[in-house]
Amino acid sequence: MLIFERSKANRTNKAQQPRQTGSLADIPANFLRKQRPLLPEVSEMQTVRHYTRLSQKNFSIDTHFYPLGSCTMKYNPRGCNTLAMLPGFVQRHPTSPANMSQGFLACMHDLQDILKDVTGMKAVSLAPMAGAQGEFAGVAMIRAYHDARGDSARTEILVPDAAHGTNPATATMCNFKVREIPTNKEGDVDIEALKAAVGPHTAGIMLTNPSTLGVFERKIKDIAGIIHDAGGLLYYDGANLNAILGKVKPGDMGFDVIHMNLHKTFSTPHGGGGPGAGPVGVSARLEPFLPVPLVIQRDNEFQVLTEKSRPQTIGPMSAFLGNAGILMRAYIYARLLGREGMERVAEYATLNANYMMVKLRRAGFDLAFPNRRATHEFIVTLKKQARELDVNAMDFAKRLLDYGFHAPTTYFPLLVPECLLIEPTETEAMETLDGFIEAMARIKHEAETDADLVKGAPYTQPVRRLDDVKAAKELDLTWSAA
Amino acid sequence: MSNVPSELRYTKSHEWVARNEDGSFTVGITDHAQHLLGDLVFVEVPDVGTDFSAGDDCAVVESVKAASDVYCPLDGEVTEANETLADTPEIINNDAFGDGWIFKLQAKDAGAFDDLMDADTYAEMIAED
Repeated sequence: MLIFERSKANRTNKAQQPRQTGSLADIPANFLRKQRPLLPEVSEMQTVRHYTRLSQKNFSIDTHFYPLGSCTMKYNPRGCNTLAMLPGFVQRHPTSPANMSQGFLACMHDLQDILKDVTGMKAVSLAPMAGAQGEFAGVAMIRAYHDARGDSARTEILVPDAAHGTNPATATMCNFKVREIPTNKEGDVDIEALKAAVGPHTAGIMLTNPSTLGVFERKIKDIAGIIHDAGGLLYYDGANLNAILGKVKPGDMGFDVIHMNLHKTFSTPHGGGGPGAGPVGVSARLEPFLPVPLVIQRDNEFQVLTEKSRPQTIGPMSAFLGNAGILMRAYIYARLLGREGMERVAEYATLNANYMMVKLRRAGFDLAFPNRRATHEFIVTLKKQARELDVNAMDFAKRLLDYGFHAPTTYFPLLVPECLLIEPTETEAMETLDGFIEAMARIKHEAETDADLVKGAPYTQPVRRLDDVKAAKELDLTWSAA
Repeated sequence: MSNVPSELRYTKSHEWVARNEDGSFTVGITDHAQHLLGDLVFVEVPDVGTDFSAGDDCAVVESVKAASDVYCPLDGEVTEANETLADTPEIINNDAFGDGWIFKLQAKDAGAFDDLMDADTYAEMIAED
């Protein structure tokens, strides 16, 4: 139910009305509204109840285990929130001069250094406001690099078919042609196909490592060699950085540019489209092209570099220095962990995934890559259940909601039929992991004995199966008065 | 299991091709492909008059699960596109090999049709899927 549907004409709430209105004298008459705006007319209590009820319908990381593969839904420590919301940070105006923002800029400078260190890159820009913008910045720098060398023949970006769907979209946005590289049966990039695809037209490759198939790329050194020998650059999609955080550095693997999803790996609240932060790190040869602003320390003072002092920059990504509040949370998270803590993130993220993978296999589930070790996530395929019992991955996902678990990612990656991509993250207790495994085993038993029960799920949620075809074809997000 | 009409030819990427009496070819996606994709919600057909090489992405089919490119099976020029798919993409779910055709093309080399997979080979390939 919408709040507008609780509205009753002329119901007002004196306590919430403005005490005084400012002078409208300086607003041109044609910009002044002549009719009252159409707002819901509800009491304060109705409003509180309405939104509290809505919030209670949420499945969230604060209420449920959320093993949504590829999304890294880890716990967001409350301490990060508390510190990022200190008045000095929250009330800092984004146009304040640098000499009045020294505290904030010191944090951002430190964050740049931490991200440089953990990724092994030469320099970092915090400017991109989300993962997709980080990707765009990364590939725009690859283009700027080739352009600056007058190398206009490089028109193609290679993207393995196991990549995130955003990768080909990014390359296209930067006016490159996308060439897909196949994956072999064990989930690695097909090296022979890669060798056949590279040439003087290769601008670079966009690689997700570990890949979306839930496996580590084993031939990464070979891939880096093949691309660099052909004059191309290597782009690292940092979506799965959680699996290697503090253990292995993309810079050491030979990558030239990386974007990081701080809202995932560095534990800031996300979901529902934002807010995000997608800093980029680069090797020495891409440093001149980094997006601005950049924070530097000079003469004991923190300063902000803009296009004026960075003539080769690809430009700013937004009006200000990234998503300040999210960057602050990520910075505090990194400082709370420290160097050792950061290693434990990768260790426990991969340990938890491998534990669940082995337990689910023992419970009778088929793995997409049974010969491979899990990364921070892994893939179960329900192909057999779909074929023999007519119970598919979506049915399992919906039934999991009844058992109190957010469903894993379904039907992604596209290469694996009837798949569940499961990512527990490092922040869950073993009891929670065991609870999920037990629920999966019970649903499997239900599918074998009473398939309709699973196919009719969920039963305990505010809504049953949604008509996703109708939602996609007749998207209607606006309310209008009858 | 999905049906695989014997008079058609097929590609690895799940397009079917029919040879028409007037020498043109009709292209669509197979019943197996529509089954994997699930309910379709959007189809982008190619512009009439466009030249494609075999292997070029020339159309898009999008379902509630995934968006997927359709690849041109032969070198040639698009002569007709199934515009009814814009409003009713579900035709492909209901009749992939009939009313759910996507476009027609005039092939540069009609002989290349015979090099495409026959029904038995395609049926064997999808049985392994």
